[in-house]
Amino acid sequence: MTDTQPYLSVEHLSKQFSSGAFSRAPDVKVLRDISFQMMHGQVVGLVGESGSGKTTIGRSILRLIEPTAGRVTMGGVDVTALSARELRKQRRKMQYIFQDPYSSLSPRMSIGQILTEGLEIQRIGTAAERRARARDALAAVDLPVDAYDRYAHEFSGGQRQRIGIARALVFDPDFIVADEPVSALDVSIQAQVINLIRDLQQRLNLTMLFISHDLAVVEYICDVVIVLYLGRIMEMAPAAELYASPAHPYTRALLSAAPSTNLERKVERQKLTGDIPSPSNPPSGCVFRTRCPFAIDACAAEVPALREIAPGHTRACIREDIL
Amino acid sequence: MTDATIPGKAKKPPSRGPMARSIARFTANRAAMAGLFIFVPIIVAVSTYELWWPHAPNDIDLLSINQGPSAAHWLGSDGVGRDVMARLLQGGRVSMIVAVVSVAISLVIGYLVGSLAAFSGKLVDGGLMRFVDLAMTLPPVIFLLVLASIAGTGIWPTIGVISLLSWPVLSRMVRARLLELRERDFVVASRGMGAGMGHLLFRHGLPNSIDILVVYATLQVANAILLEAGLSFLGLGIAPPEASWGNMLNLARSTVVLEQYPWQWMFPGAALVLTVLAINFIGDGLRDAFDPRANQN
Repeated sequence: MTDTQPYLSVEHLSKQFSSGAFSRAPDVKVLRDISFQMMHGQVVGLVGESGSGKTTIGRSILRLIEPTAGRVTMGGVDVTALSARELRKQRRKMQYIFQDPYSSLSPRMSIGQILTEGLEIQRIGTAAERRARARDALAAVDLPVDAYDRYAHEFSGGQRQRIGIARALVFDPDFIVADEPVSALDVSIQAQVINLIRDLQQRLNLTMLFISHDLAVVEYICDVVIVLYLGRIMEMAPAAELYASPAHPYTRALLSAAPSTNLERKVERQKLTGDIPSPSNPPSGCVFRTRCPFAIDACAAEVPALREIAPGHTRACIREDIL
Repeated sequence: MTDATIPGKAKKPPSRGPMARSIARFTANRAAMAGLFIFVPIIVAVSTYELWWPHAPNDIDLLSINQGPSAAHWLGSDGVGRDVMARLLQGGRVSMIVAVVSVAISLVIGYLVGSLAAFSGKLVDGGLMRFVDLAMTLPPVIFLLVLASIAGTGIWPTIGVISLLSWPVLSRMVRARLLELRERDFVVASRGMGAGMGHLLFRHGLPNSIDILVVYATLQVANAILLEAGLSFLGLGIAPPEASWGNMLNLARSTVVLEQYPWQWMFPGAALVLTVLAINFIGDGLRDAFDPRANQN
């Protein structure tokens, strides 16, 4: 991480889903003005409740859904401006690991077909070379080579997730979005898969956006953590610092709600009341103010900007007094 | 990272794909197999009859008019002395060609329209589906009669009429299936690897709607045979002297034939019923075979 030039830079990314020409329902603004940067080889964690827009960010960066506004630059390439043909080529460098290992593998294709599908789409190599690369990827995720001719339904959740990881690796990508890769797995399997992902990330020097709602996993694997609430960034800091001294009331609430095995970390539960508001009708000003124990009248007036409170540590809160 | 934690399934024999399991389920279905045992001999007989049956369908033998079944004419002869057996077989061939070709055409149109609608954007989807709506609101019988009277009689116009009438329902079914498939992660993954429309349509769309297509095709073949018979009966399908089951049944409109010479209409009628029934059994069997909820293996 000695590079000064960020590998990935996301600027003012926004996404809204419109409700169709015949509906009078309001547009849903899922992401609003998301900006962050990632260094080469860095793992950035994205945490937040369901509906906070974590997956939408990951998919927008890879243009699996088209962002409404904003710019994504990856290794000097403006991904958001690529034509369909250029984008197809760019896709070799950026891959996605899915949350659900059951729906992410086609039931009608053998594992070999699943793994070589992308290479075939991109017309990389001969059939024999593609097979060899798929076998290498299987070996990299600790699956037996004879998995190649089997079908996905014969594998357990953890094994299927490994296959999903292998599929992302056949391209030898630079950037990976891992969308809650372990949240659908048994707890006993989670550690294996997390360690596998971490080993691969370090060995291949991958830049990775790691989406999760499991704070312990994020602390373990990520260099930088971004806390998301209702489509906005609340706080962003190096992992160690965020867990040691969370600066945003929402981050504090999240951390205090997470069960911890660390007996020294003082457990001072700070309960949040109510539900996350609807993204189609978000609160004015600070989106978190409806549930924030420190909210004052001024919070409703304007959207708080992300301000740096320590090197690399930014937060969006106007209460200077509650650091 | 330890390999010991991965349960070794290495000893199991190579697995069968979903297709092989469907075939196994089909062969275990008695009604479907009975249908197959009726249908296959009919197909073989109809396509090879010149090789083993001495009479030609349009040969007139004035010495044996309106003869009942005999050793020379197993199923008798008709009003101008043509052999009913030969006409039955030739009629079956025509009916089968019309049915299979028209179903093949409507399969292609129906699948392409449905899958393009599902995988393209909202605009294409909306446009195509409004077109399908339009095609579906046409009253079928009137549509058939008008089309047939424009297109005329003969094999190819009949094929055209039947295939134009039957694709919209299929495209609806395909679209519904693929709309759901489109949001599945493995299809998103495929797009994330750069898959274009062709890849999505034929590597993901087709294998995942093959059950709909196969079942629709078999049931629609039966339907098309009936449609063809109906059109020919009305004098709009296959025109005499070319034989078809429909225009052979047409003879039964005459009370004399109906009462005096039952072999002239009973055999084509029986052939029609038997074939359609067999195909429907096969179609039902295929539907069950492709149903993932069926638990027998």
